[in-house]
Amino acid sequence: MEIKTKLESLQTEALNEIQAANDLKTLDHVRVLYLGKKGSITEVLRGMKDLDPTERPVIGALANVVRDAIQAALDEQKETLEAEAIRQALLEETIDVTLPGKKVAKGQSHVLTQIMEEIEDLFMTMGYQVIEGPEVEEDNYNFERMNLPKDHPARDMQDTFYITDEVLLRTHTSPVQARTMDKHDFSKGPLKMVSPGKVYRRDSDDATHSHQFNQIEGLVIAEEVSMADLKGTLNVFAKKLFGADREIRLRPSYFPFTEPSVEIDVSCFKCGGQGCNVCKHTGWIEILGGGMVHPNVLEMSGIDSSRYSGFAFGLGPERVAMLKYGIDDIRHFYQNDLRFLNQFKVKE
Amino acid sequence: MNVSYKWLSEYLNLDSITPEELAEKLSRTGIEVEDVTIPQEGLKKIVVGHALSVVDHPDSDHLHICQVDIGEEEPSQIVCGAPNIAAGQKIIVALPGSRITGNKKIKKSKMRGEVSNGMVCSLEELGYSDKVIPKKYADGIYVLPEDAVPGEEVFSYLAMDDAILDLSVTANRADALSMRGVAHEVAAVYDLEPSFKEVVLTEDSTDKVEDYMSVSVEDTTDAPIYTIRVIKDIKVKESPMWLQTKLMNAGIRPLNNIVDITNYILLEYGQPLHAFDYDQLNSKEILVRRAKENEELVTLDEEERTLTSNNIVITDGQKPVALAGVMGGLDSHITDDTVTVALEAALFEPISVRKTAKELNLRSESSSRFEKGINLATLQQASEHAAALMAELGEGTVVSGVASVDTAEVKDSVVKTTLGKINRSLGTAISAEEIEKIFHQLGFGVTISNEEVTVVVPPRRWDIHIEADLIEEVARIYGYDRLPSTLPTTESLPGGLTTKQRLVRHTRRFLEDAGLAQAISYVLTTPEKASRFMMRESDMTQLEMPMSEERSTLRMNLISGLLDDVQYNLSHNNQHAALYETGRVFYKDPTQTLPIEEEHLAGVITGSLGEKDWQGEGEEVDFYVLKGILGELMTTYGLVGEVEYQQDTNRSDMHPGRTATILLNGEEIGFIGQIHPVTAKELDINETYAFELNLDAIVQAEKEATVYRGIPKYPGMTRDVALLVDDTVTNQQIVDVILEKGGKYLKHVRLFDLYQGEHIAPGKKSMAYTLAYLNPEATLQEEEVTKAFEEVKEAIVTQLNAEIR
Repeated sequence: MEIKTKLESLQTEALNEIQAANDLKTLDHVRVLYLGKKGSITEVLRGMKDLDPTERPVIGALANVVRDAIQAALDEQKETLEAEAIRQALLEETIDVTLPGKKVAKGQSHVLTQIMEEIEDLFMTMGYQVIEGPEVEEDNYNFERMNLPKDHPARDMQDTFYITDEVLLRTHTSPVQARTMDKHDFSKGPLKMVSPGKVYRRDSDDATHSHQFNQIEGLVIAEEVSMADLKGTLNVFAKKLFGADREIRLRPSYFPFTEPSVEIDVSCFKCGGQGCNVCKHTGWIEILGGGMVHPNVLEMSGIDSSRYSGFAFGLGPERVAMLKYGIDDIRHFYQNDLRFLNQFKVKE
Repeated sequence: MNVSYKWLSEYLNLDSITPEELAEKLSRTGIEVEDVTIPQEGLKKIVVGHALSVVDHPDSDHLHICQVDIGEEEPSQIVCGAPNIAAGQKIIVALPGSRITGNKKIKKSKMRGEVSNGMVCSLEELGYSDKVIPKKYADGIYVLPEDAVPGEEVFSYLAMDDAILDLSVTANRADALSMRGVAHEVAAVYDLEPSFKEVVLTEDSTDKVEDYMSVSVEDTTDAPIYTIRVIKDIKVKESPMWLQTKLMNAGIRPLNNIVDITNYILLEYGQPLHAFDYDQLNSKEILVRRAKENEELVTLDEEERTLTSNNIVITDGQKPVALAGVMGGLDSHITDDTVTVALEAALFEPISVRKTAKELNLRSESSSRFEKGINLATLQQASEHAAALMAELGEGTVVSGVASVDTAEVKDSVVKTTLGKINRSLGTAISAEEIEKIFHQLGFGVTISNEEVTVVVPPRRWDIHIEADLIEEVARIYGYDRLPSTLPTTESLPGGLTTKQRLVRHTRRFLEDAGLAQAISYVLTTPEKASRFMMRESDMTQLEMPMSEERSTLRMNLISGLLDDVQYNLSHNNQHAALYETGRVFYKDPTQTLPIEEEHLAGVITGSLGEKDWQGEGEEVDFYVLKGILGELMTTYGLVGEVEYQQDTNRSDMHPGRTATILLNGEEIGFIGQIHPVTAKELDINETYAFELNLDAIVQAEKEATVYRGIPKYPGMTRDVALLVDDTVTNQQIVDVILEKGGKYLKHVRLFDLYQGEHIAPGKKSMAYTLAYLNPEATLQEEEVTKAFEEVKEAIVTQLNAEIR
């Protein structure tokens, strides 16, 4: 029975030592000490051959139980210690997650480009082509084809940079419409276009005037187009650009190339129409001009004005940007101060 | 046009319409009202005073001590510094506790020891612009009429209790540049009936105009109507208050009764008039003709004008006495001594008036009305009304008859449309009855039979000629708010961008992702900046009359603008900039009317890309940083053929050792390099790198479609080689040799090291390349690669005099 007692005391001893091992190296040492080739348990088992054969199965079974118990304890402790080791390692790898990340160099489109592309994209989904034209124009296309003969008083509305008597910097993007109407084949379908681009006026630059600015104009010509269609189109536009709650209103106005002509107000996107500084307490912001294309303009492009009609509208991206973002000086758009440009990184 | 609400009320019953409501209604129906102002607003406790006595202040060389009756039991003492104050005057008194213009509060005070119970006011102190204050009172206090009652508020005496509507009248609605025109407009939008008092003109039948004047017109297209009336025995003096206040509220300075009447009639009828001093004309004949070249005239403003045949002039038969419709001559203008007036009412040819006014920089109320048109139906009436007023206010007599040339036919115009056309154009279903009512409201004649609408338009609406004009009238009176909101129902072609527009958008996104911000610069620049960094020869395109040298010439490159931006940022404490721009440059083409507009792309980079942070500095930029960005961009274009960077030592304003011309299949499409240090210094910028590319050439260049190549099934092999070559040998030369001799399995050559310095002989450099081999069909054999690699090495050694390290 001596051997049985020894086994039992070895088990107690081993389990205590396993419990006490607080690192993997010590634990392995304990394993070798008891279960290794020369370990205590192995020694005992080796002594089995001297036992009485009748005792062998009993002691053998006991020895297995003891060995399994020690092995199980070793495994368990190993798992614990490994988990602890990983925990320690991770603790040491801890970083300050509030330190700034590595910055990626990222530029952005000019705010005017962002606004123009947004408008182009909207009208493209409604079947409009984006068409550009020359910035240096003939007087003929810029004025006469827009129903503004020489010495027409309304030419004063647009002070002009002339290059020669007949060549000038375009004062609006409307000549692109005349050029496009000249070429359009109506047998292939109606004409629907927007023309974005730079325009020029003979103005001294200050906070609210710029000799260079942008325009985007739209034109639809087909057999049955009405003022109500213009109203509906601009309604969609206003809601898309300024928010779903926006309303529009039309006021009579005058442009030589449209008749009737209207100015289009959008309900104020700052105050929702209650009245604020942005809308000068009227609840409305004047943002677009438009109207039904003047029959003379159609006829000058060889379009039968008794058969075809159309509407046109236009707006200034600078004005939209100034209102939308509260920009107080139009010169910011062309100074390219990075402190200005970099403010328009967020895509809305 | 400043419209007086009170004046308007003389023609229309506005009892139930406030000035603000009227303004809103007009704005919504056709004539924008910019503003409504009530002159007395913000002013209080300002009353009529009667200066009982005025004595000099003992301790001042300019102050006066005045005892003023302000309607109370005792006179009030006020100290006043105005030079024109005198006992007996009715004056404007701001009482203690009052407010004058600019929200300034007046208190009881002491001036050099004397009590002053308030202040005696000038018109300026009540908020009047010095452009309308009568000259007589320009430097002092204003004197009210003798019948003003002390103690009463001054506002009604000065018509400051009126409301003034500031109408922004568009070029087509010149009919609203008169009080009568505005009255018709208001009548139309409110469905009212305007009434105008009949003018009774009494003429002296014993005296005939023929004895005074005959008129003739050389070319009646220049002056289809020209009339003269004569008013004799008049006294030139100050106008009554009702007239002065009407003019001042309209923004016109009162002068004397005769001139004031012409201005008053201009405002009421929109008919410009001119009054000559008959005796100074010294002629019984007036001839209207074109000026002779270099003929001279001293105009009312005392300027000597040299005339041309563009100008229509009024002559006394010999020499010019007035510029038709623009300005009178100094010699024949109305003075205090005038006793006989020759009153001109005429119609002049608009384009010539416009040219004259523009050439001589003499835009006036008169000229702008002739330019935009006048109501022919009231031309004679306006003249009669003016003559009658001159007789009344000048205590004179109107000579009977009119000396005239009249070739214009005044008649209604008839414009036709149909109910269907109106409703189709507006997208509405307005009934015949309603359309009829709208035209009645406008004061037009209308008959509707079946579909056809026939409208008879009176001469006062000379802007209406065509169907579309009638439709506009219907739309605005019917109300735009009542129009339905629909979308065009026509069939539609697919919308979209052109290839070029897509390529430009792609380019922008790419460069933005690479860290460059989009700039938009001015197209107009100086001749010098316009013609720098040019990619081809061209003359400049310049403005005929630039406003400044700075904005006189169309750019022929984009880099100049970007360098301006770099300088701007640098001078605002930002030495790091990465910018790009897409836009047009303008080359002159002598064979064409218009310049060639070429789409370009340019980028500039200076300082470092990315910010200095806690992990170290941002990337200092150099040639290769910019080339890397541009090169990758070019890769994404999928250009067919070869892109080459060729050393370019001759490009002006670029660093001769650090600039490359970019060629696509042998054609120059752009360049890249460092801005020449001398140029940079001149422009006040730091070391800066730039490129410019002809985007149109990229758009037109052939592109290859993306073709999928299978992922290699077999492993590749690499070999490295380090070479010692002369400094002058370029990377391109080495790569060319490697590619040429590399064999069919060489897929790729990559430079991985470049070294000069210690252990390398001067004039030499070490370059190391990795050559990657792949056989897509089978596993590469070691021997094949070794053999190919040996051939490459041998070629390099023999062709480039290199040493393998």
